[in-house]
Amino acid sequence: MNLAVNNTSLFLAAMLVLVALGISLWQKLGLDRDIVIGVVRAVVQLFIVGYLLKYIFRVNNLWLTLAMMGFIIFNAAWNAKKRGPGIDHALAISLLAIFVSTGVTLGVLVLSGAIKFVPSQMIPISGMIASNSMVAIGLAYRSLNSQFHDQRQGVLERLALGAGLLDASIAIVREAIRTGMSPTIDSAKTVGLVSLPGMMSGLIFAGVDPVRAIKYQIMVTFMLLSATSLGSIIACYLAYRNFYNEQKQLK
Amino acid sequence: MNSLISLEKVNYQIADQHILHDVDWQIPAGAHITLTGPSGGGKSTLLRIIAAMISKTSGTLIFDGQPIESYDPIMYRRQVSYCFQQPTLFGETVADNLAFPYQIRKQVMDTQRVVTALNNVGLSERTLHQPIIELSGGERQRVALIRNILFLPKVLLLDEVTAGLDENNKQIVHAWLRQLNEQDHVTTIMITHDATEIAAADQLAKVVAGRLEVHA
Repeated sequence: MNLAVNNTSLFLAAMLVLVALGISLWQKLGLDRDIVIGVVRAVVQLFIVGYLLKYIFRVNNLWLTLAMMGFIIFNAAWNAKKRGPGIDHALAISLLAIFVSTGVTLGVLVLSGAIKFVPSQMIPISGMIASNSMVAIGLAYRSLNSQFHDQRQGVLERLALGAGLLDASIAIVREAIRTGMSPTIDSAKTVGLVSLPGMMSGLIFAGVDPVRAIKYQIMVTFMLLSATSLGSIIACYLAYRNFYNEQKQLK
Repeated sequence: MNSLISLEKVNYQIADQHILHDVDWQIPAGAHITLTGPSGGGKSTLLRIIAAMISKTSGTLIFDGQPIESYDPIMYRRQVSYCFQQPTLFGETVADNLAFPYQIRKQVMDTQRVVTALNNVGLSERTLHQPIIELSGGERQRVALIRNILFLPKVLLLDEVTAGLDENNKQIVHAWLRQLNEQDHVTTIMITHDATEIAAADQLAKVVAGRLEVHA
């Protein structure tokens, strides 16, 4: 393997940070503080995760693996929730949506034999699935919020005609699900042409034959489609009711 | 005469803003009522409370012998139908709008009935497949009105629906509403400032600064 990054080369690569810092100071962007904090956080977090994963992979304990996956899912839900201000129970909804989307997708991958139930595969894949589901749900929440605001009159009129809450919201719910899924679909269309995504890049870096590496990337494309569609649909169908009160009136 | 709708000491407040004060109102079945009053006085709020689009802060509202709270709001709104002053139409075509009342009842659109309704308000069958962006304001308002009556409600609440129409269209809609009231026995309450419409009513009600005055 040609993996040559060591502490010395990392230290020298840190010069790249100086480029960003220099631009910030030169152009008076006021970002220098954020850059320093960002860099320090990235280094510390990644070192901790590196040692933690090393430990988890070595002990190879089922419960520890599941706990780590749970931690990832909870963090993803917490971040998705922040993108849905004003939506009650957004944490619980996000947690369920990410849990189910990650669980189903992982289940299919494991049962089909695409990945093995070992920590070194389960944990990184869970992270990829949960983070994409998180982004999709966050986009869907934002879309629900803005549409219920912009299309208020249309929703009121549907209600006045005696529509049930789903009938009054269905156009909005569909659009929000579409918004959640579209980045994944867009990137599926350009994968390999514009970007060589992380999974295959990493494998190619590690010396794996590109023809094998792309098979993993194909698997990733499939799993992200499943994760973002499941995450968006569950989150939207559970969240839209929040825009109505108990008397089935628009809040 | 028995009241179809009866309001007793109905109040509506948002924070410390008192919008309706102790409204008492008896609305007989089959009545044709006009509601007037200065803008910002609370007319629309009153109709929206009756339509279950918003909830009163206090007081009682009895519909057909039972308090409004005892009804499922969705089923209630199918009987007490509210039509907005400046309605928005849904989807792409007129048909999308007129299919909606059937859709929410899980029924197939009754094209014959829809065409008759269009004709009744001076629109032709061709309108059905017209894109909504091509409609004039008056045509939009009439299409919106038809949405409310494809399944006849017991009560039709009309919020200045003829305000945007020219004299000719106003007369068509007015005659049609009279027919709904007289032949189909739909109780109608309309907010209006139009002298002819006011003169044709059985009961004239007025909301001034959140208080209701009724003249039989």
